[in-house]
Amino acid sequence: MNDVGERIKQIETRMLERTKTLKSYESQQKPVQDNSVWDNLNMEMQIDHQKVLLWEAEAVQQDKQLFRELREKIEKQQTLAHDLVTLSYTKKTKHLAPPKTIAKNVVLAFLVGGTITTIGQVILNLYTNGGLMEKEAAAATSASLIFLGALLTGIGIYDKIGSFAGAGSLVPITGFANSIVSSALEYKREGFLYGVGAKIFTISGPVILYGTVVSMVVGLIYYFVR
Amino acid sequence: MESLIKAFVLGGLICVVGQFIIDLTPFNITPAHVLVGYVTGGGILSALGVYKILIDWGGAGATVPLSGFGHTLVQGAIEGVKKKGILGALGGGLEATAIGIAAAIVFGLVVATIFNPKG
Amino acid sequence: MAQKKLGKQTLQFGSAPVILSKASVVGPKEGQGPLGSYFDLALQDNLDNQKSWEMSEQKIMQHSIELALEKAGLVPDDLDLYLAGDLLNQIISSNYTARFLSTSFLGLYGACSTLVEGLAVGSLLLDGEYADTVGVSASSHHDTAERQLRFPTELGVQRPPSAQWTVTGAGSYILTKAGSLLKIPQVTIGKIVDKGVSDSNDMGTAMAAAALDTIKVHLQDTGNKMEDYDLIITGDLGLLGLNVLKELLKHENLPTDNVSDCGIMIYAPDQDTHSGGSGCGCSAVVLCYLLDQMLKNKYKKIFLVGTGALLSPTSIFQGESIPCIAHGAVIEK
Repeated sequence: MNDVGERIKQIETRMLERTKTLKSYESQQKPVQDNSVWDNLNMEMQIDHQKVLLWEAEAVQQDKQLFRELREKIEKQQTLAHDLVTLSYTKKTKHLAPPKTIAKNVVLAFLVGGTITTIGQVILNLYTNGGLMEKEAAAATSASLIFLGALLTGIGIYDKIGSFAGAGSLVPITGFANSIVSSALEYKREGFLYGVGAKIFTISGPVILYGTVVSMVVGLIYYFVR
Repeated sequence: MESLIKAFVLGGLICVVGQFIIDLTPFNITPAHVLVGYVTGGGILSALGVYKILIDWGGAGATVPLSGFGHTLVQGAIEGVKKKGILGALGGGLEATAIGIAAAIVFGLVVATIFNPKG
Repeated sequence: MAQKKLGKQTLQFGSAPVILSKASVVGPKEGQGPLGSYFDLALQDNLDNQKSWEMSEQKIMQHSIELALEKAGLVPDDLDLYLAGDLLNQIISSNYTARFLSTSFLGLYGACSTLVEGLAVGSLLLDGEYADTVGVSASSHHDTAERQLRFPTELGVQRPPSAQWTVTGAGSYILTKAGSLLKIPQVTIGKIVDKGVSDSNDMGTAMAAAALDTIKVHLQDTGNKMEDYDLIITGDLGLLGLNVLKELLKHENLPTDNVSDCGIMIYAPDQDTHSGGSGCGCSAVVLCYLLDQMLKNKYKKIFLVGTGALLSPTSIFQGESIPCIAHGAVIEK
């Protein structure tokens, strides 16, 4: 068995070679080919990796740390190689992705979103004309829309609307209701405690969490600068 | 009638922004991302005093989108500070939105009890 | 040197196993699709009077293996071994199905490649004379997969155009040594290919690279040409994935005329599935149709390439890339 320094040097020489090769791929923007050269490069790294790993396992005291550092360097090199593969594959395939129907999506989002907020306005006007104060009317409107969103989710319609309306049915508060109700419904079969109870906030939980945090931060800032 | 048209236009536009975020950003935007973005975004605009202007013009067009929920949260916290000091900063937001959150939870539970998912 | 191995990854069977019988059970959407009339049973709705979607998936798998056995005039006891897999956590549909059969059971996981994986392992056991009769099943269910891998089914979420629709369906096959015209002379076992695609809504692009790898290796190992096959069918890359595969094949100067995909065949374009079907059940039921066509002499020799995107809900959230695999099986008459 060679001494530690020599073994490390041997691996590092090979790593240096590979770094040069990888750099040439990286800098020349040369596409990474599915060929034996590339496969061999990967295999060489893997073989070095398992070799160093056994050295690390068998080493004692400071030597263990040295081998560990060397192993991590090889792992970094492997990650770099994989990133290059990702880059070249994305380049090769990106243009084939079907175009998103943005214009259609935007129009539908506008129409559906506008319709939901208009319904909200109708309800708001009814409550205000019925004699509710501005704040109460707004809260009652939210509750009513949440009821509508919940009901449409229950009878299995809201997901159909969402599939074509996108943000149009997601952004209004009915979408918030949909996110709560759909989670509750979905996990009903796992029981009311660990199913409905635990999962009801799967999607809406973050909303309440970060909404509340923002309001607290603003409140605190207001308290100190007031 | 005018209030309805304004609500339609503003509400529609606010949703369109969300659609652009979903379609034009390179990231995988899920519903939770959009909802959280709107609540925090609405809250920040509210703190800067911008959201009030939108509501004054478009009514439900600005309150019904989830950014309106963020606005209510933030205004609640500010309101709370005025009434109760620092404790209000902590509780004011949830206090102001309690009706909406409670409604969503209760309706969620009721609907889950009555209906089954259709798939 | 392994004597029955060709080249690097292809296994050649001394006495080619045969597909004695086959059966397919599908959901309502698949029943209304262009291949609907070729399936043995189609559900009226996805739940099919069961307690949960998971139970419904288990039942379709069970029904498909029962039909396959009955068609062959066999009882579960005649099976030396049962191989099955599905998409759910801990392949639970397969485990429950095997409970009913009470025969030696090996669970498989290969995502959409599960069926071909099963055919390959089954053929190995037969050729190795460890079994005389082997049952193979694979299933998937749209709603169970959706809730496990993506969102609650009632959430109003827009699916991007590259997304594939998980097929509700189960296919089962009985492999044995003689008694049928449909032989499996060779299989090519794939290796994991990961090109760094991490978008779970674009599994077709991720899997296309694995399919290419397996097809190339298969041709190298066997010395066959693309033209030697009447059909090279992937299961399931979807529309986008198939386009990517064809593009990649063109880069390699390989012809693409006879290349198609199960995920595209199972749905009509107006069924709003975006990029086509996916899931273990997709190739499992489409193969039933393809075998019918072979018996009708439309095809004599096909190469079925099962492609699996081996991701998990955890790996999606952690933003990791999707490891993919493709196994190939030659089926000839």
